[in-house]
Amino acid sequence: MERSRAFCEAAGVKKSLFDQGFLDEQFRQLEELQDDLSPNFVEEVVNSFFRDSARLMVSVEQTLENVPHNLTRLDELIYQLKGSCSSIGAVRVRNECSRFREYYSQRNAQGCLASFRRIKSEHAALRQKLEAYFQVASRRAGPIRSVGRSVGAHGLSPLAPPRLFIWQIFFY
Amino acid sequence: MENSSSRDESFPAGLRVLVVDDDPTWLKILEKMLRKCSYEVTTCSLARVALGLLRERKDWFDIVISDVNMPDMDGFKLLEQVGLEMDLPVIMMSVDGETSRVMKGVQHGACDYLLKPVRMKELRNIWQHVFRKKIHEVKETENYDSYEDNNIRSRLDEFNGGFHPSKKRKDNHHKEYMEQSFGDSVSVKKARVVWSVDLHQKFVTAVNQIGFDKVGPKKILDLMDVPGLTRENVASHLQKYRLYLSRLQKQNEEKTLGGAAQTELNVKERPGVLSQQSSLARQQQNSPSGFGFSSARIYTQEMIPKIASFRATETELALNDESWASLNKRNITRFGVMASKNLEPWGDGGNQLTQFVQFMKDQQSITFKDFLEFRQAGQDHCFETDHPQSQPIVNLRGSTEAEDTSQQIHMKPVDSKESKYMLLKCGLDSGSSQVSHGFVNTRSFQAASATNLSCGNPCSSDDKNSITSWSSLYSDAEVAPSIDSLTFPLQSCGFFENAGFHGLGAFECNQIASDFQSILYDELQYNCEYLSDLFEAPMVDDGLFT
Repeated sequence: MERSRAFCEAAGVKKSLFDQGFLDEQFRQLEELQDDLSPNFVEEVVNSFFRDSARLMVSVEQTLENVPHNLTRLDELIYQLKGSCSSIGAVRVRNECSRFREYYSQRNAQGCLASFRRIKSEHAALRQKLEAYFQVASRRAGPIRSVGRSVGAHGLSPLAPPRLFIWQIFFY
Repeated sequence: MENSSSRDESFPAGLRVLVVDDDPTWLKILEKMLRKCSYEVTTCSLARVALGLLRERKDWFDIVISDVNMPDMDGFKLLEQVGLEMDLPVIMMSVDGETSRVMKGVQHGACDYLLKPVRMKELRNIWQHVFRKKIHEVKETENYDSYEDNNIRSRLDEFNGGFHPSKKRKDNHHKEYMEQSFGDSVSVKKARVVWSVDLHQKFVTAVNQIGFDKVGPKKILDLMDVPGLTRENVASHLQKYRLYLSRLQKQNEEKTLGGAAQTELNVKERPGVLSQQSSLARQQQNSPSGFGFSSARIYTQEMIPKIASFRATETELALNDESWASLNKRNITRFGVMASKNLEPWGDGGNQLTQFVQFMKDQQSITFKDFLEFRQAGQDHCFETDHPQSQPIVNLRGSTEAEDTSQQIHMKPVDSKESKYMLLKCGLDSGSSQVSHGFVNTRSFQAASATNLSCGNPCSSDDKNSITSWSSLYSDAEVAPSIDSLTFPLQSCGFFENAGFHGLGAFECNQIASDFQSILYDELQYNCEYLSDLFEAPMVDDGLFT
């Protein structure tokens, strides 16, 4: 009973995420990839995304501290962020990134700054929603899933052949 | 999970993929997706590391997937390097799907360009790129092995060293794998064809008969009329043949160059394309490569059959033959561009020819411009003949004071859009003429000169531009950059199978053969830009000048 309710709740949260345009098809694709071999795949990927995007945002902030603003550098960073967004289907953030790049192409510094602020807020909103979703989803799965967030941090599949491992250490 | 036994499963399971992307999230996703396709995945977030890995273990991977935007190295660069050094298929990925970017990817040699977010179904199909490449290689290797002349093979080996490391030095293990994988599809394909002397003779006869510019596997096959011979056999044999010829030519040239005391090639003085008319041209009956200025199609129809049997092939250097030996400094700048016509007996042609030769002799240093002017003046006198299907050719001729032993260079526009030209060089080699031809990417020539080539109307504006750039090339006598811009295709390009003027040949340069060679090889290795350009150039293009 408890579990089925949790199940419905999780489904509801997810649905709203889609309806409100936070996520798109890519997220569903990720879910399809999740299987017995990697039961927390989606969550791991999402964690990876937020980690990486947070890093990018920090870099952007740092770049913004230098006046005059190095718009080119900003554009590069935002481009990376955009690519990252496409990985989990973070539509709103991604669209905002596109807008940023448009402002950049017009050399509209004010537009860029305003756009970045929106990116930040969208990013934060998405993070909140996804965290809520995973909380509910974990309840759905039951107490077995106690691993939580930290597993995703290093993302090493235990079944990876040794060769892989060597190269994986390159991405923190 | 994957282990070697999984390779016994049906292909494409076990395909070994290297994924390069600086985005850790994508790396994770791609790895998962590829694993789900039963591929063996290695991930890497740094391009340089990936390159090192590839270099270290050449046979460990079947295909590379790389992102375009990476911090340590441009994805396109990586693409080029991999294509050049390892000859592996590379797939590019990006979140940016702008046509220009995609085009750039293709230009640099990507076999595919995926847009992020990448779907699993797209990844499922990547094996086709591997398969395609293997098919070409297998074809080539197989026929190659059965080729009579072992010398050729060894020469080819050393020559191709830089280009087919994977092909020749394949891991046995890997080979087995591939053979297993391709077992069904490949084994049915061919009984080995042994190219006996007779068969080869038939082949050569057929090639000569068809005509240089029209030669193609299908036509040769038809002419040869040998039961059981397939088009693929002929195609790969043709390829080898071209390689063989160019090899031969190079060797002979080296011999003659090395021997004579007159091997006073002007080194680096004013490097340029030297053209000396070979006596081949004279041999080519009455009107060697025509001195007509056709305002319409330009051909060297009759010349072509003679040269047909001596086609050079890709990645070859056209080195001059012994006529270079007599070249001296001043002659470097003496050259001209001739639009050659059909080689037919000319009433008038003879006069023009003489005039031209005289003109050349009189000039101490002819520049391209001069020639064009001369040519312009000669417009009125030219006449045309109709000759269907021949390829328009522009001949670059130069003559030395020593006279009519000038090498002929035919510049043949390959693709007017791209303004690429193929250089065809006739060399003389103790009786057998040999031809090699090469590509020059005229874009690299940054035309400075404002001279307009007026080939009458036939030239498209692109052609004009390209020839214009040639003129600056010569007038500046700074051809060293041109060497850089030589284009050489990678081996086994599909276009060889089509009739026409393919192949890559050489580029004449006023340098000692070996120096030249080393320069060119370096260029070959590192100048990928043009290599991939070649891939897109259509080989046969009728009526380019019209």
